[in-house]
Amino acid sequence: MRILKAPLDEEDIKYLQVGEEVLLEGTLYTARDMAHKRMCATIEAGGHLPIDIRGQIIYYTGPCPAPANKVIGSAGPTTSNRMDSFTEALLARGLKCMVGKGSRNAHIIDAIKEHKAIYLVTIGGAGAYLARQITRSQVVAYEEFGPEAIRRLEVKAFPAIVAIDIKGNNIFTEA
Amino acid sequence: MRVIDGQEIMDKLATAIITANTQLPPDVMRAIRAAIEIETLPRAKNILQIILENAHIAETEKVALCQDTGMVVIDVEIGQDVNIRGGNLEDILNEGVRRGYKAGYLRNSVVNDPILRINTLDNTPAIIHYKIVSGDKVKLTLFPKGAGSENVGQLSMLNPLDGLEGVKFFVLKTVREAGANPCPPIIVGVGIGGNMEKATLLAKRALLRPLDIRSKLPYLAEFELDLLNEINNLGIGPQGLGGKTTALGVNIEAFATHIASLPVAVNIGCHSTRRIVVEF
Repeated sequence: MRILKAPLDEEDIKYLQVGEEVLLEGTLYTARDMAHKRMCATIEAGGHLPIDIRGQIIYYTGPCPAPANKVIGSAGPTTSNRMDSFTEALLARGLKCMVGKGSRNAHIIDAIKEHKAIYLVTIGGAGAYLARQITRSQVVAYEEFGPEAIRRLEVKAFPAIVAIDIKGNNIFTEA
Repeated sequence: MRVIDGQEIMDKLATAIITANTQLPPDVMRAIRAAIEIETLPRAKNILQIILENAHIAETEKVALCQDTGMVVIDVEIGQDVNIRGGNLEDILNEGVRRGYKAGYLRNSVVNDPILRINTLDNTPAIIHYKIVSGDKVKLTLFPKGAGSENVGQLSMLNPLDGLEGVKFFVLKTVREAGANPCPPIIVGVGIGGNMEKATLLAKRALLRPLDIRSKLPYLAEFELDLLNEINNLGIGPQGLGGKTTALGVNIEAFATHIASLPVAVNIGCHSTRRIVVEF
């Protein structure tokens, strides 16, 4: 099984094919609706993003609070297509990989192809299982958004499946 | 007149909220186990096995099954011979939710206003439906409902004589359009009849019925199985990645309706449909 670790470039992802299982290692950034809206407003206003997303992996999740003896609470993927209207701007800024659940709109598939990126899915509703693969979690931006803040996660052997590959092949039309 | 202490309701509700969010109902567990046996596609089987393992981890480590711990729906049945002391019932129920979410490290997923969207930071208010019944008991059904599945529900006001074929067409269309988003294998709650709001409430209440109990109406019991079969033939499968298990069950509730109406609502529950009953 291939291992993906940010920062990623085209070489790292070009052989990955739809349906292939991969393991993520290293850094992921969490972002969901509110963080996407704010990041895109910042880009439009010509400002600087709070994180350098070039070559990075964004994980669509809003985790539960960490219990006393844990790094993070339950942390499974949220529905990706709610991020569709914000995704292109981030891909244009160098985002290389997104992790979520469910299908994406046609214009996102085109954008993924154009910007040579990749979309992965992991298992929705398996937040307790996936949280075990997260070894560190730290809020790095937008703390006021609570569960929707941007966090830097460190993960080990975090499972995912290639859902849209660099050529724009889409698992949800093939399944 | 039986007197029930509001504090007792609050305490039990707070505990039950944590249990609901960390332990999958036994009927849902049984349905997932049964689905593993019938899936032949390795990926579908594997996903279902991870879902079971997730339930095991959540229960033993007392962490939420899913990070979307939902907006809480509380279905309240109050006997008309009950007197609740110690404050306003709605306040008592919301305080129970508040305490449960904090003590259980459950995510706060509620915003104060649909447009202004400020997180209330305690997961209140709950959505509460009251029903006054005979007797001197109180029954609370807690249903922390995630948005991934809630967002794909639909309502249609069919023509009155569209019949079961019309209902079937609409349910299948809703499930197909939902695709992978509601975290299949799903549970399909269907409400038929009443009016606009009654149909949606029936669909929600349908999800509260355990999966191994069929409708009391023979023609609907048969239709539930027929629909389940047709939904599973869609091939959406676990997580929308293909397989035989698109749904774990179909529950239908019906009610009288107007001569000119046939409302149908579909409320979808994810594979982690969490619900618990607390009785006083």
